[in-house]
Amino acid sequence: MSKSNFTRRGMLKTSALAGAGVALPTIFTASSAAAYMNEPKGGSVTLGFNVPQTGAYADEGADELRAYELAVEHLNGGGDGGMMNTFSSKALQGNGILGKKVEYVTGDTQTKSDAARASAKSMIEKDGAIMITGGSSSGVAVAVQGLCQEAGIIFMAGLTHSNDTTGKDKKANGFRHFFNAYMSAAALAPVLKNRYGADRKAYHLTADYTWGWTQEESIAAATEEMGWETVNKVRTPLAATDFSSYIAPVLNSGADVLVLNHYGGNMVNSLTNAVQFGLREKMVNGKQFEIVVPLYSRLMARGAGENVKGILGSTNWHWSLTDEASQAFVKSFGEKFGFPPSQAAHTCYVQTLLYADACERAGTFNPCGIGEALEGFEFDGLGNGPTLYRAGDHQCFKDVLVVKGKENPTSEFDLLEVVEITPRAQVEYPVDHPMFAGGALGACNAG
Amino acid sequence: MDAIILQILNGLDKGSAYALIALGLTLIFGTLGVVNFAHGALFMIGAFCAVTLNKLLSLSYMVEDPTRTDFLGKPLQVATPYVHGWFGEATGEALIDWSVPLAILFSIPVMIAVGFIMERGLIKHFYKRPHADQILVTFGLAIVLQELIKSFYGANPIPTPAPEVFRGSFDFGVMLGFDPNAIIYPYWRMVYFAFSALIIGAVFAFLRFTTFGMVVRAGMADRETVGLLGINIDKRFTIMFGLAAAVAGVAGVMYAPINSPNYHMGMDFLVLSFVVVVVGGMGSLPGAVLAGFMLGILEAFASMNQVKAIIPGIDQIIIYLIAIIIILTRPRGLMGKKGVMEE
Amino acid sequence: MLGLNKKDTLLFWIVAALALLAPFILNPFPEGSSLAQMFNAGYPDLMQRFVIFGILVIGFNILFGLTGYLSFGHAAFLGIGSYSAVWMFKLVGMNVIPAILLAMIVSGVFALLIGYISLRRSGIYFSILTLAIAQMCYNLAYSVLGNPSSNFNLTNGETGLQLSLDDARILGESVTAEGALPVTNFFGLAMRSSYQMDVGGWLFTFNAGYYLSAIIMLVSFYVSIRIFRSPFGLMLRAVKSNQQRMNYTGLNTRPYILAAFVISGIYAGLAGGLLSSMDPLAGAERMHWTASGEIVIMAILGGVGTLIGPVLGAGFNEYFKNILSKINDNVLHDWLGFLPDGFENLLVGFLHYFVGKGWHLTLGIMFMLVIIFLPGGLVQGGQRIARLFRRKKNSDETQQTPAE
Repeated sequence: MSKSNFTRRGMLKTSALAGAGVALPTIFTASSAAAYMNEPKGGSVTLGFNVPQTGAYADEGADELRAYELAVEHLNGGGDGGMMNTFSSKALQGNGILGKKVEYVTGDTQTKSDAARASAKSMIEKDGAIMITGGSSSGVAVAVQGLCQEAGIIFMAGLTHSNDTTGKDKKANGFRHFFNAYMSAAALAPVLKNRYGADRKAYHLTADYTWGWTQEESIAAATEEMGWETVNKVRTPLAATDFSSYIAPVLNSGADVLVLNHYGGNMVNSLTNAVQFGLREKMVNGKQFEIVVPLYSRLMARGAGENVKGILGSTNWHWSLTDEASQAFVKSFGEKFGFPPSQAAHTCYVQTLLYADACERAGTFNPCGIGEALEGFEFDGLGNGPTLYRAGDHQCFKDVLVVKGKENPTSEFDLLEVVEITPRAQVEYPVDHPMFAGGALGACNAG
Repeated sequence: MDAIILQILNGLDKGSAYALIALGLTLIFGTLGVVNFAHGALFMIGAFCAVTLNKLLSLSYMVEDPTRTDFLGKPLQVATPYVHGWFGEATGEALIDWSVPLAILFSIPVMIAVGFIMERGLIKHFYKRPHADQILVTFGLAIVLQELIKSFYGANPIPTPAPEVFRGSFDFGVMLGFDPNAIIYPYWRMVYFAFSALIIGAVFAFLRFTTFGMVVRAGMADRETVGLLGINIDKRFTIMFGLAAAVAGVAGVMYAPINSPNYHMGMDFLVLSFVVVVVGGMGSLPGAVLAGFMLGILEAFASMNQVKAIIPGIDQIIIYLIAIIIILTRPRGLMGKKGVMEE
Repeated sequence: MLGLNKKDTLLFWIVAALALLAPFILNPFPEGSSLAQMFNAGYPDLMQRFVIFGILVIGFNILFGLTGYLSFGHAAFLGIGSYSAVWMFKLVGMNVIPAILLAMIVSGVFALLIGYISLRRSGIYFSILTLAIAQMCYNLAYSVLGNPSSNFNLTNGETGLQLSLDDARILGESVTAEGALPVTNFFGLAMRSSYQMDVGGWLFTFNAGYYLSAIIMLVSFYVSIRIFRSPFGLMLRAVKSNQQRMNYTGLNTRPYILAAFVISGIYAGLAGGLLSSMDPLAGAERMHWTASGEIVIMAILGGVGTLIGPVLGAGFNEYFKNILSKINDNVLHDWLGFLPDGFENLLVGFLHYFVGKGWHLTLGIMFMLVIIFLPGGLVQGGQRIARLFRRKKNSDETQQTPAE
């Protein structure tokens, strides 16, 4: 099997400066001869895939990595082309990016902001990565986004759902395709009202860290607006594994809906515990007790097994969507790996295509040029319907899926069913919405 | 009042998990003098025994169903467990349903074997090494074990439900004269509590009333003298290690339905169980059990909304705070002996 | 020299040479070769980590190596130092010296407080006390003290404390003329600025931040040698060998141990301050108990109680952590491309479990092997090899003697 090495930086130097002991003053190791940070000058371009490979989100990271592999294959003209064929922009030729072959390096974020930054730095300083993407947590996304801004590198966020990523911590070099807590709430609230009525009392259990807080704020605001009352908001430690002592008092609090602002292992355990306590069989205030999980991850929902049945939540994308683009993606992913992709894989694949497409349209790898090409970009054919990359905060606006745990799954992947596709207009908000206030994009940085 | 009763129930349940792990840890420390950081990993392996049995029983052959399609548009492959074919659908389904209790039988020999291999292969060579070395080598072992599990089962939690009859919850409130729904508690958690009480009782009885137990207790008190009496204490200690591993293992099996097992559950419990052991006093079995239940109950109380309203964030630190207070007021934990692990 | 005996002077110069020539030593393979891709470590971030974790473990060794007190919560001081330094950058100015000084002072104060409490007990009770206090710090920093929407946001929780465009600094601007965040500097010399030198196919990077850290590491190393050789160091060793006897002689040992605890806490704070100076973000994970465990691991890997062991252990751990986690199947195929396809795939399939997402497994195995076979750490390994050569030399000599 032949694969060429990644380092185009060195190949270039050896040819141009062979044998010459030249000292160049540089900032962040960007050669001063280059117009911008890590300018690719050889025949290839290196992307940095920074995903959790160890820790609780390792499986999600592995799925992201698969999607990146697939995207690189498609960009280089391999495979069946996947969503490149359905993408509304036709700038991509299947000959790499701007004629350069796409290479990649990988790293482990460990879902720790420190480690993620170290890993991203190593890709930028050592491997000459021109773009960093990936991640499965908002803390990591915000930390790495900050680093990329300082280094003059584009950051294409992976799975990050906190409002802050494109809110108070937004950066000119950072872009997010994934949806956020506000959108989840805006999409979910009307469905909740339809199904459970406008007169409900909600009890929030919230993971005690940044993402949990923004989701709690968003959901509480959206549900209160349509008439629900919030009985209590209880914070649970991130390290908690047994949620019994938080769930036990719920029934007696007068609440008739439990909102679990948890993700990953926390979500699996709190949902399992809540079902164990028999909450869903109870009648409170004359109504059936309900549980809501605002952010679903299919990979994690598997860990909760039968407990997810009938429980409402939202998700960025699901493989059962029937549009042409989603089908094309599921087909090429499924045939390569043998199972359908997760929403994390989808967003990572799309981000890579969007980045490559922006390079082609801008005609450069310069982050500022790419930023301009992405800002205000309207596109379709990537699985979420017509989508806008808003210039004001670098957030994608698109339809949001409201999903429900399936009653009769046909396979271990078939856990969720789409209840409603909430149109984009319903989840839009102004750039200066109070939940997103407090930060500024700043100027783009090319290193 | 009902809230307090509810949290006492929660505390007893949490405490029984802590006590079971701490008991095994103390058995190993008390008899062999080894600080075993891989004990959490043994608990995790136990839980994965339940997962494995569940998977084994649900091993299936694929039948093509032409009426439905899978995600690629091909005919759907419907999984039918082999046990359905062998024992008929009803019995087969019942077997899968009862896989967790069945896993206890399955896990005991597995855990004893794991314990023997660990003791003979690794721990034995560390009896005379400093405690720091013991901690570190077993910590390394714990990492290796959990990574092995991860490469087989992945990083995500795996659902391992309890038998159908134990799902759902029981309303204590009505029985005690409160409103309905005031105090409800899941059946399986009650089973877990009763089970750990049984195991703890059995271990104590075993040490108290059998000759084997008597020798081991003597060995715990004065290893050298027992050796001088011509008793092969080493062999008994190996058996004790296997026993401790089995206790951790069955604790893990029974815990699987409460929280879906994942590969790092051992590490999650490790620090907690060490705190429990030290609070109880190094080397004291009753101390470990007492401390387990005490910390469980206090942790449950700290997570009450009324308590959190007074001291925000108390549930994040309660265990450590209690540990600090107890170690500072009682130099050797609740029931520790003088001179053990103090050098 | 400088009050060191001959052997220590030699050791010091060896470490100094290693540190100052690191950009050459760590880049043994020419740029562009596939070996360089993975094994070269001469890039600024990793080099900085080598020396900064070196400082951390040197400090830890003063406590653990000399007194035998095993602190399982040392990472707390690293975190406290990091947070202090970032706050200095946010509120005062981007010069690293005041930030590092504050980091040392704050962590010193915390060390005094925590040490005063924890040192009331010894043995495992001491270890658990330090562990419990550090875990409390971590839990509080991760959530309660870090809520951005509250008025009291000390740590910024999960994301970690970082600079923002609206920081109001007393000295210096909030935003540079280009609209970017100002960078950390040493009286105007930016920490992230580097000189690159091309020699043939090799590319060497000399980073300002690295050299500042390296010089501070050398100073810390020197101080640690002086402590080891001082009467104070002797007193600490005496505590390790038999504290009871020391007490019977009527001597109160606790002030000495407390002093050692505070010194090693200041070292950790210094390391934290430097980490923040190189990259102004302080995450709570730095204080987690596994981070404390890693410090212990580095110390034991290198060789506890030896002078050079901590530096070796820190380097070993950081190097393999960074390198192993970056190898993926693609890279493996690249390396093993010369093998027949079937065998190559088999081997890649096997190695797959030990690199990339499996780097924990490899590190765990390596770590166990060192503990089992080299109780004295890498230093002992080096001594054994040295002895092997010496014995060979000796036997050569003895063989030669009769012939003469």
